[in-house]
Amino acid sequence: MKSLKDLEAIREKAKLELSLRETTGKTRVIVGMATCGIAAGARPVMAAFNQELQLRGIQTASVSMTGCVGVCRYEPMCDVIDPNGEKTTYVKLDAEMAKRIVAEHIVNGHVVYEYTIGAAEKQ
Amino acid sequence: MIIRAHILVCGGTGCVASKSNEIMAQFEKHALANGIEKEIKVVKTGCFGLCEKGPIVVIYPEGATYSKVSPDDVKEIVEEHLLKGRIVKRLLLGDAEAQDVARSLDNVGFFSRQLRIALRNCGVINPEVIDEYIARDGYAALAKVLTKMTPQEVIAEMKKSGLRGRGGAGFPTGMKWEFAAVQKADQKYVCCNADEGDPGAFMDRSVLEGDPHSVIEAMAIAGYAIGSNQGYVYVRAEYPIAVQRLRLAMDQAREYGLLGRNILETGFDFDLEIRLGAGAFVCGEETALMTSIEGKRGEPRPRPPFPAVKGLWDKPTILNNVETYANVPVIFNKGAEWFASIGTEKSKGTKVFAVGGKINNTGLVEIPMGTPLREVIYDIGGGIPNGKKFKAVQTGGPSGGCIPMEHIDIPIEYESLVAIGSMMGSGGMIVMDEDNCMVDIAKFFLEFTVDESCGKCPPCRIGTKRMHEILERITQGKGELADLEKLETLANSIKQSALCGLGQTAPNPVLSTLRYFREEYLAHVVDKKCPAGVCKSMMTYTIIADKCKGCSLCAKKCPTSAISGEIKKPYLIDQSKCIKCGVCMDSCKFAAITNR
Repeated sequence: MKSLKDLEAIREKAKLELSLRETTGKTRVIVGMATCGIAAGARPVMAAFNQELQLRGIQTASVSMTGCVGVCRYEPMCDVIDPNGEKTTYVKLDAEMAKRIVAEHIVNGHVVYEYTIGAAEKQ
Repeated sequence: MIIRAHILVCGGTGCVASKSNEIMAQFEKHALANGIEKEIKVVKTGCFGLCEKGPIVVIYPEGATYSKVSPDDVKEIVEEHLLKGRIVKRLLLGDAEAQDVARSLDNVGFFSRQLRIALRNCGVINPEVIDEYIARDGYAALAKVLTKMTPQEVIAEMKKSGLRGRGGAGFPTGMKWEFAAVQKADQKYVCCNADEGDPGAFMDRSVLEGDPHSVIEAMAIAGYAIGSNQGYVYVRAEYPIAVQRLRLAMDQAREYGLLGRNILETGFDFDLEIRLGAGAFVCGEETALMTSIEGKRGEPRPRPPFPAVKGLWDKPTILNNVETYANVPVIFNKGAEWFASIGTEKSKGTKVFAVGGKINNTGLVEIPMGTPLREVIYDIGGGIPNGKKFKAVQTGGPSGGCIPMEHIDIPIEYESLVAIGSMMGSGGMIVMDEDNCMVDIAKFFLEFTVDESCGKCPPCRIGTKRMHEILERITQGKGELADLEKLETLANSIKQSALCGLGQTAPNPVLSTLRYFREEYLAHVVDKKCPAGVCKSMMTYTIIADKCKGCSLCAKKCPTSAISGEIKKPYLIDQSKCIKCGVCMDSCKFAAITNR
């Protein structure tokens, strides 16, 4: 490294990695990763969330996991908790749906209603 | 594979001693066994400050803080938390246990009242990876200073911030830099005092271990400000982890072109060297420290000339403490006004304290100046263990004094502490409860200065020795009333005549205990009693006949067979045989033995 520009480039890259350790003011994606969730395909869903966030360079969202919440028939599912505490539960997910949730909900702030548990209950 | 979890394990000296290296190895091992080794990252980080509850492990993104983790717990954390997303509640820190949610460090009472500036990166980054420091605005201050500011502007900003030396005396840092900057010389030096020697103080070690780059960056800024291209860090050899990480950090900074020639293509050259100290307390004194760097015997010399005029190898030199330097990059990143807005009128910013002794949360705390002492001891420190009564708190180490209950509400700042006979010092804070004898405490600190006196000037070499002898007499029950006067006279003349700060402040622990705990001295001298039950020679162990059940346990335990009697009848202690070891009192199940 030689110049100021190089230093800033390193900073941007390193910041993205360290953003994982920030806990406040973030959107939290919590994927159900109990036996039921994993059997239904939660691993690729979580990987898709992580990949999409990294692809877009988003530092304001984190992906973590949780156990079984008891509605195994809806797995794979996840909760998206906005920084203001608002919680949205998405169900019967796959990798493609995860990408759309990142694009519409996390980036643009629009809940993807057709994937929510409310929409699934109506069917 | 994308990393989805960071596991931060404390790599400070305290936690390393309680097997944090093994914990890290266990995480790697169990992650591998569960096939998630590519999804997680184990990060060795610096001191979180909560040494009492160590080893500390924090897992992100949840921010779950685990305390007192043993290598055997790791399997459960990996299988439950990392694999299934279930927080291991039994290991969560403190009151978080009762809650159903993972709590971040900021929510724990110990941390929520603190303001971390000097310790901003400790427990957050891996000190052995320069990129992590850079991610947290590292070297941004150096870049700003080198490209956008003149040395005069740098000094003006430092003066505006109001930062004062964190090593003890509290001299304004900006002024110190200015004195050196205006000197005309072919060579100037920037030194860092990392010869932390106060018993119980370890904040400088923690900064060097947890955030070495902040010191390197600040020293380069100081070099630019005063016109120096060479710095020295004087650190004691007893801090092997700090030395190793500082060395690694210097190598990484050189590799990135942040130390060495033509830094960031600005034409500014600056490099650092480490000098290891052998652990002499006097080498923390600035003139002795520089003499030691020169390769000579570490002895102080009279001032003036001050180091800013004639320092290392007779060249203009600035010498600042580790914690002082750790504040510098933040001042340039956030601005002097921001820094000056924290703290009190004369003491700006924050101060790190190493809190120890009779307190629940032993560890490192960083608080804004002006915080009441009571808040540090009770709200952050968690109060006195075992329901005992607070007696005093010692600040400033062997140069400071004891602060009694009546002054516990004073705001912590340089002037207010001096006004009540203590001092800020480097930040050791030792809490004492009712079981501590204040004469014994004064004797302890004086013993330290007697040992550490370099012997160059008579007031310190002979005077502290005589004071120690008087205290020794008093604690043995051979003291006289006139001794207290002698102590005071000696103390005051040493203060006025000793050559360096070590000698001038050495009598402080005696003077402050005489001031606030005179009745305890009188009890030793007049009544020949130690009220706290510490001074052995003044104790008499006796068996209270009414309470003694005649179980014979004490007689069996007594190493000198001084106790005799008949089963089921009160026993007796033969005072001529008793060596006052206290075993009988500890073993008695009926509290039938007293030493008062």
